[in-house]
Amino acid sequence: MTYATHEGAKRHGSLLTVDAKTKTRNAAETRFRIYGIIAILAGLSFLVILAFSIIRSGLPAFSANMVEVELTLTPEQYADAEAQLFKTRAYEQVFNAAFTSELQERGLDTEFDAESIQRIIGNTGATLRSFYRANEDMLGQPVTFNLPTASRVDGYFKGRLLRENVTDSRFLTLADLDLADELKEAGLIQSKFNWTFITGKDSSVDNPGGAGIGASVVGSFAMMLVVLFLSLPIGVAASIYLEEFAPKNRWTDLIEVNISNLAAVPSIVFGILGLAAFIQFAHLPQSAPLVGGLVLTLMTLPTIIISTRASLKSVPPSIRDAALGVGASKMQAVFHHVLPLAMPGILTGTIIGLAQALGETAPLLLIGMVGFVAREYPGGLASAFMDPNSAMPAQIYTWAARSDDAFYEKAWGGIIILMVFLLAMNILAIILRRRFERRW
Amino acid sequence: MPVFWLVLILLALGVGGYVFGRSRAMASAGGDSRKLHSLPNYYGSNVAIKALVPSFLVLFIWLIAQPMFISSQIAGQLPDDIVPEGGSIGLIMAEVRRTAEGIDAIVAAGGMTEEMASSGRADITDFTARLQEAGQVVTGTVTQPILRAAQSYRSMTATGSLAMTVVVLLMTAAGLVYGLRETFPEFRARNVVEASVKMLLIAAASLAILTTIGIVLSLVFNTVEFFRIYPASDFFGSLTWSPSFQGNSQLGIWPLLWGTLYISVIALLVAVPIGLFAAIYLSEYAPKSVRATAKPLLEILAGIPTIVYGLFALLTVGPMLVKVFGDGGLGWMQSGTAVMTAGLVMGVMLIPFVSSLSDDIINAVPQAMRDGSFGLGATKSETIRQVVLPAALPGIVGAILLAASRAIGETMIVVLGAGAAARLSLNPFEAMTTVTAKIVSQLTGDSDFASPEALVAFALGMTLFIITLGLNVFALYIVRKYREQYE
Repeated sequence: MTYATHEGAKRHGSLLTVDAKTKTRNAAETRFRIYGIIAILAGLSFLVILAFSIIRSGLPAFSANMVEVELTLTPEQYADAEAQLFKTRAYEQVFNAAFTSELQERGLDTEFDAESIQRIIGNTGATLRSFYRANEDMLGQPVTFNLPTASRVDGYFKGRLLRENVTDSRFLTLADLDLADELKEAGLIQSKFNWTFITGKDSSVDNPGGAGIGASVVGSFAMMLVVLFLSLPIGVAASIYLEEFAPKNRWTDLIEVNISNLAAVPSIVFGILGLAAFIQFAHLPQSAPLVGGLVLTLMTLPTIIISTRASLKSVPPSIRDAALGVGASKMQAVFHHVLPLAMPGILTGTIIGLAQALGETAPLLLIGMVGFVAREYPGGLASAFMDPNSAMPAQIYTWAARSDDAFYEKAWGGIIILMVFLLAMNILAIILRRRFERRW
Repeated sequence: MPVFWLVLILLALGVGGYVFGRSRAMASAGGDSRKLHSLPNYYGSNVAIKALVPSFLVLFIWLIAQPMFISSQIAGQLPDDIVPEGGSIGLIMAEVRRTAEGIDAIVAAGGMTEEMASSGRADITDFTARLQEAGQVVTGTVTQPILRAAQSYRSMTATGSLAMTVVVLLMTAAGLVYGLRETFPEFRARNVVEASVKMLLIAAASLAILTTIGIVLSLVFNTVEFFRIYPASDFFGSLTWSPSFQGNSQLGIWPLLWGTLYISVIALLVAVPIGLFAAIYLSEYAPKSVRATAKPLLEILAGIPTIVYGLFALLTVGPMLVKVFGDGGLGWMQSGTAVMTAGLVMGVMLIPFVSSLSDDIINAVPQAMRDGSFGLGATKSETIRQVVLPAALPGIVGAILLAASRAIGETMIVVLGAGAAARLSLNPFEAMTTVTAKIVSQLTGDSDFASPEALVAFALGMTLFIITLGLNVFALYIVRKYREQYE
């Protein structure tokens, strides 16, 4: 009897002691795992940094430092001011008088010159004049004016503008900042919620304080209506055909390949299509929400078709068979039974597609929604679709492109509003799914 | 808005046809719907379809064809010498249209009678003054030929609209009569209606093809136009990009392609390791609860609009990088907008893209392969590295290619974060620009579409389309092929 020699299989000590090789293998295992954790943490920390910088930079856009002054303009003063050559100057004097008395009431008797006030609050005369010309019945009654401070002063209070960086100029002097500080301390300048930002229209480059996102929200809303009313029926019709009726042939294959490719075409290419087809060829108006809506419809259709097909697929075939069994035609089975059951899933997919379209910017740049300054709200229903307007992401881009700290703040604020809309839509989609989703 | 009214009338006729057809069917069956082949509603729908579908088709085609026809007619009427040096017939036609619209607006506002507006002896200066008075946009004075052209444009449009209304209404009426005549109990209304609904479904599905054709046509036509006025050899051969709207531009694509590739590579260098390791951890290691929270959180990154990332690059990441690599720190970076800025932010955007695609693919690797490896004594990480990843590799490569195509086509991040200077440089802290950013900058603004500086954007778009399409097709091919392997 021969025994196998043991030389080839030497024992490496006890199983209970870990040898060097096992140690390195275990260390490699731990390292690999840590890499994974680091990757997850890195991804999540990017998310946190992004959220933090949006909120930190965007929140100031929702507040504005305002001066609250109560004053009474008598009809005689009004008539007198209107009779003068420099009308706004006259109103300014009225304002300055009221302002001085307000200051003294609060026990502040700083010396200030009218120009300094003008640099802090802007042209008060024009504001007063336009108010009283519109509301002549308020003459003789006390009126409280909330006047926003100039964007530089506002920036100073919000920490955007540092005292070290201020050099005396015709826009702002260090003395003005001293005065502004005193006013703030006396409670004359207060930080208030900035409604203008939410309801307002875009302003010119030199007036960041008056810029608001309201008009472009209307533009975005009009675009979303177009997208909804076009892409939902077309998307559903296309999905029903592909999922329920399409024979396996070349044409169907071609459509399928096209849809999956369109889903991956860069959005800017859709912008080029919109420019060439809708504006150059069809002569639709530039910058109109209708054109934007059409382009975004083409862009979101693949997304909606893909999700609709998934929800049609999830309806079990027994439903169709039962309908066919009691004598429904194929069309009736689909429209009366399958489609209603798939509807929650379809709506969820549509909302998510809409959310995607709402944030899309690049195609809007090409159809001219950026060059346009949305100074006015659209006048009516037709004008909301056909007249040039901006849209939320385009407005944010316009502000970002103005390279001005005050407008950067607006851009971040606009992003907060955009994200709130997106969040609301996604939450709605999640609720819809939770509420109506059926497990077969 | 006469077309609007026409559509309303047509819709009303359609509803009327439906009601009429339904009641006629019921009457023909003597009030007993069991004697009908189909449900009564189908007879009504059949009449409505017969009335509306052909007339809407004609209306649609007419609305597209009429302006084209009239434009070509008017362009033929215009004297040859009206096109100024360097101008184009398109601009003249736009002016004719504008003038015609201006006259329409004045007539509608009551500033001018219809006879005055269409009179052949109308005084030009008077017209210009009135147009400007009414706040219509008129460039300079309206010249004699333009005014005449505008007048005949108006009259032809009016004749065309009238003819269109008459034809469409006649067709609707004919359809109604036809539909009602075939309404009798044996008529298979349901089959006819369902066949038309099916046609509608097919049309909707074919829109995808139409969109692709539209994209290709709009790119190809304008690209061909571009190469007619700018030599293709310069476009593909020149290493400088310096457009100037005075003419004499150098439009070489290479600096743009270089910038695009450089930024994409940096983005992938960020996204692929993080995304891949995240996917591995989530699918192989993470407990269920971690997976359930971390995965959706990561996917939020994919749902954030790109304009947000663009602003993040411009205002947060850029200044941060300047602090470290700029003059105060290492001194490599001049300004916040640079290849590095755009690349890093784009990488963050692509993380969820890589991670969720790879996650799907890693999950698709059969458990039996892992179990076999464990049974041989391999540790978990050895199994992943030596069994799971090689098996998933083709799919992961596909995912990376899809991410690359995303990166190449991304616009807002590079427009805001990468700068505008087109240069061929190796320094990642320099500003460079990309194909997409230049498409935006060449097509926004009021340049006319006939200049090479504007048309080049279409050639760039074509390049972009071909590259991304190629990457996508290739990636989908790989992914699909891999999927079949384990099914």
